[in-house]
Amino acid sequence: MTNIAVVGEGTPPRDSGIFAVLRHARYILAENGITAFAFGLFLLIVVAALLGPHMVPYDPLASDTAAALKPPSLAHWGGTDQLGRDVFSRVVVATRLDFFIALASVALVFVMGGLAGVAAGFFGGWTDRVVSRIADTIMAFPLFVLAMGIVAALGNTVQNIVLATAIVNFPLYARIARTESNVLREAGFVHAARLCGNGELRILLGQVLPNIMPIMVVQMSLTMGYAILNAAGLSFIGLGVRPPTAEWGIMVAEGAAFMVSGEWWIAFFPGVALMIAVFCFNLLGDGLRDIVDPRRRT
Amino acid sequence: MLTMVGKRLLAAVPSLIGVIIVTFLLTRALPGDPAAYFAGPAATKEAIEQIRVQLGLDKPLYVQFARYVADLGRGNLGTSLTTGQPVAEELKTRLPASAELTLLGLIVSIAIAVPLGIVAATRPNSIVDHCCRVISTAGVSLPVFFTGLILVYAFYYLLGWAPAPLGRLDVFFSPPPQVTGFYLIDSLIAGNGELFVAALKQLILPALTLGIFSLAPIARMTRASMLAALASDFVRTARASGLTPFTIVVTYAFRNAMLPVITTLGMVFSFLLGANVLVEKVFAWPGIGSFAVEALIASDFAPLQGFVLTMAVMYVGLNLLIDILYGVIDPRVRIES
Amino acid sequence: MKRREFLKGVTAVTAGNVLPAAPAVWSPAKAQSRQETLLIVSESGPNNVDIHGVGTNVPGYEVSWNCYDRLISHEMKTLPNGVQYYERDKFKMELADDMNVGDMSVTFKLKKNATFQDGTPVTAKDVKWSLDRAVTVGGFPTFQMGAGSLTKPEQFVVLDDHTMRIDFLRKDRLTLPDLAVVVPCVLNSELVKKHATDKDPWGLEYTKQNTAGSGAYRVVSWNAGNEVVFERHDKWVSGPMPKIKRVIWRIVPSAGNRRALLERGDADVSYDLPSKDFVELKNIGKLTIVSTPYSNGIQYIGMNVKQPPFDSLKVRQAVAYAIPYQKIMDAALFGLAKPLFGAPPGTPTEVAWPQPHGYSTDLGKAKKLLAEAGYADGFETTLSFDLGFAGVNEPICVLTQESLAQIGIKCTINKIPGATWRTELNKKVLPLYTNVFSGWLDYPEYFFIWCYHGKNSIFNTMSYQSKEMDELIDAAVAAAAVADKPAYEKSVKAFVDLAFADMPRIPLYQPYVNVAMQKNVSGYQYWFHRRLDYRAMAKG
Repeated sequence: MTNIAVVGEGTPPRDSGIFAVLRHARYILAENGITAFAFGLFLLIVVAALLGPHMVPYDPLASDTAAALKPPSLAHWGGTDQLGRDVFSRVVVATRLDFFIALASVALVFVMGGLAGVAAGFFGGWTDRVVSRIADTIMAFPLFVLAMGIVAALGNTVQNIVLATAIVNFPLYARIARTESNVLREAGFVHAARLCGNGELRILLGQVLPNIMPIMVVQMSLTMGYAILNAAGLSFIGLGVRPPTAEWGIMVAEGAAFMVSGEWWIAFFPGVALMIAVFCFNLLGDGLRDIVDPRRRT
Repeated sequence: MLTMVGKRLLAAVPSLIGVIIVTFLLTRALPGDPAAYFAGPAATKEAIEQIRVQLGLDKPLYVQFARYVADLGRGNLGTSLTTGQPVAEELKTRLPASAELTLLGLIVSIAIAVPLGIVAATRPNSIVDHCCRVISTAGVSLPVFFTGLILVYAFYYLLGWAPAPLGRLDVFFSPPPQVTGFYLIDSLIAGNGELFVAALKQLILPALTLGIFSLAPIARMTRASMLAALASDFVRTARASGLTPFTIVVTYAFRNAMLPVITTLGMVFSFLLGANVLVEKVFAWPGIGSFAVEALIASDFAPLQGFVLTMAVMYVGLNLLIDILYGVIDPRVRIES
Repeated sequence: MKRREFLKGVTAVTAGNVLPAAPAVWSPAKAQSRQETLLIVSESGPNNVDIHGVGTNVPGYEVSWNCYDRLISHEMKTLPNGVQYYERDKFKMELADDMNVGDMSVTFKLKKNATFQDGTPVTAKDVKWSLDRAVTVGGFPTFQMGAGSLTKPEQFVVLDDHTMRIDFLRKDRLTLPDLAVVVPCVLNSELVKKHATDKDPWGLEYTKQNTAGSGAYRVVSWNAGNEVVFERHDKWVSGPMPKIKRVIWRIVPSAGNRRALLERGDADVSYDLPSKDFVELKNIGKLTIVSTPYSNGIQYIGMNVKQPPFDSLKVRQAVAYAIPYQKIMDAALFGLAKPLFGAPPGTPTEVAWPQPHGYSTDLGKAKKLLAEAGYADGFETTLSFDLGFAGVNEPICVLTQESLAQIGIKCTINKIPGATWRTELNKKVLPLYTNVFSGWLDYPEYFFIWCYHGKNSIFNTMSYQSKEMDELIDAAVAAAAVADKPAYEKSVKAFVDLAFADMPRIPLYQPYVNVAMQKNVSGYQYWFHRRLDYRAMAKG
């Protein structure tokens, strides 16, 4: 009799579900130092966003014109800006607002674009046509100008900036979701769920959506970086958040005017913080992609 | 081929109509009142009303829209309030300015990103690979206006290597006679070498800014498609046949990997055209981007509508061109469609 | 193979012919033309080169001033700091050769050798046509003419080819100065009439793009939003021949770039940099910086007195005590302005405007007044400003917001884009805002008519109504018309006192006009319109 090795005897037990993902993640991180670094940075940003306002030495809104435009020193790690406010405190406190903008934009576009795209890919027909037309129309606009137009028309509040970013990214998410759900439409488990008597909507939300999450999460990480850059660009034009709010983009935009006269620190520190955050989100997206589906690595 | 072109154009029409309607509504939703702006700072209520009637802004929205579409049909894109010129004329001079800048930025970007991608693909997962990824990602992580300002500060103000950021040409040069609107090409056609060099010098910094910003997608795409090409059978055969690495990478793999890169180029180009609004503001570039921003801040309808429409048409045209190019490069695509 | 080599060869030959041999940094031709050209850089440019045009912006006034002549102008005086300043009360002949002021009219004799830039001689017909145009086209030009009681074409009478009479509607001290402002410029009526149509009888479409005047310069090219190029009119007779042959006005939106251009010597003049840059440039010493106070101009905090809570006098006074005046002077202006606050108690009121009021920053007094008004717990409101001048307005508002918060008034800052600012302000619903106003005619009653009179002009942004104030202003105007000095002075002092007692608007400071020039540029003159006059400037 031939010896047939039976699975389960002499082989280590396989992890299932979340543990498999975590083990895979640890493998990726160990292999790829940069991704590990990005994850660490992400945690740092989250901590700064949550605890920042409680840890900073100065009130980010308190002006002190006697101490205006002082270079970095022991008293003021990042120097002071034109109204005497501490740059370092403002940069740390701004983390919360920028993180919020990034997160909110991404959440909104996922709900709007993801759901629309999934429905379009799953149901096809008129849903598909309508969603595709909307996506195409938005794509035909120069996207930054569309964002500018929306904020200009609705008023420059944080909510409108988030809304504008979400609208501008809608086509991308709709397209990705549509492609994915189009493929999954024919999957075996979807047929099985239908046979079990699940309604179409329930299948959509319970079966298809969770399966496209991994790809969407990768895209969401990239969009978070874009959302922060978008807010910065809008601030440069004058359509960003209102003063005296501390937000990296508006600090860079205001500080840019002072670079020529030598007060480089006003724009430098928020610029570096912005760059680190966006950098981190981009690399994070890469790392997540490796964890989720290494074949799509670029 | 022609049927494909025709079908594409037809499919683009609903998008264009959507764009026209959305832009119209969006500009009308802007907070400014062009009649008050036009009437000037000292106008009384009656004077403003007079101007409003003159501009046709007192009619209901659908009547204004009908007038707008009728004007479009005649090729009249309206007049700008901020510059006082007809929008069509402005676009004619400003579009080549932006296109020239964007094209040069793209060339700079390709010159850096493609070799980067190829090098990364030939040594996957090495230090070099990771370095390339970090460099290209870093470029796209800074706001583009910040990069521009730093470059101006470093290369013009501190070092004096770059010329003053005064726009397309130094004050003492007059533009070449307009053939394409691209100063580089027109100066060559006119045989004026000094003008060519002057125009090129003004283009370097803004093109570099745009190039840095668009490194990442091109480098990544090159890397991905090169990896796929290098793993394919025909390359394996070429290696087995003993061809030099250079021939394998460049002549065999790269040529076949170009296709997705070209699609990415198209996407990046249209993205850049819309995104160089900020670069134009920093470098005082007389392009459509700065035109659109000024119009937006001043709630100036006509240039905004004209700008968006032009961009939408260009986008459709560009996608079409890429698809045709695709068909030319890869016959399989042609046969399949 | 052959084709490739052929192409390579051709490319090499063409490149060799087309590229210059060894470009010099400054070729001799360039150096000379650079010396004769004045290069001005600013943030924005004209949208129309005709001041009578619809919606012409402020930069357009500069073009009009330099390219067109007016009947009369002002003499110059030298201030103690060496700056040339226009003399409000001394007129100088420009297009006119002689001026004879009668009781109810004034007669001008025109210069016989004056010609327009296309060679046609200037006649009284042209003057009448131009003045008729100014009072008929509507909008700002007509409004400004009316400020000097110049409203009907019948007032302008042609006596002969070179003699012109202007009849007064009433005795008004402002009529003559009004003839010297930018608006009543003289156009080449025959040339413009050739381009007029039934729909456009005054030829506004033509003059929008083309200058048709007799002034010292003419526009030879205008690339809207980019640059304006002027060349000298070599047959100009209305003043001494200008030294600069060519003026190039370039639009550079970024303030940092404008400063860099000045510092590296690539631009000659600029005047809209942030105050901080002016202070630093002055300290560095490579450029000439000239700072002159705005004539008849004030930056103020305005309050809507028709609606609570600012309809209460005590609330307004509380706000006046709560404004961080000195912080604003330091942080927003770097000291480049004339403070209009903190006059010591007991200072006599002068017959002048602007002049400082007696309030200074005193949070204790502010809190007390607020409590007396019934708002011990404070209230919420919005603080609006014009985004077009964010460089100055934003720090003012941020500092004010912070200070008001300390007495319990919570303000949300409202940034309004420049193009919409006028509309919003004219609606007169903004509760609290900062704005700047200045009048071309430098007389206190002129400022007060527009800003405090119950006639409620659009510049009375506070909707202030007071019978007493109206009577005092009218009395001052009447006294000035008949040159009754004692009555005039009494009325002026009284209306200034009332303005400071009622405090519908809180003056902050008198802004400065700052100009930065290369050391080899001279001839800057301060005019009431605060724009550049190229005719007196020189290089080297």
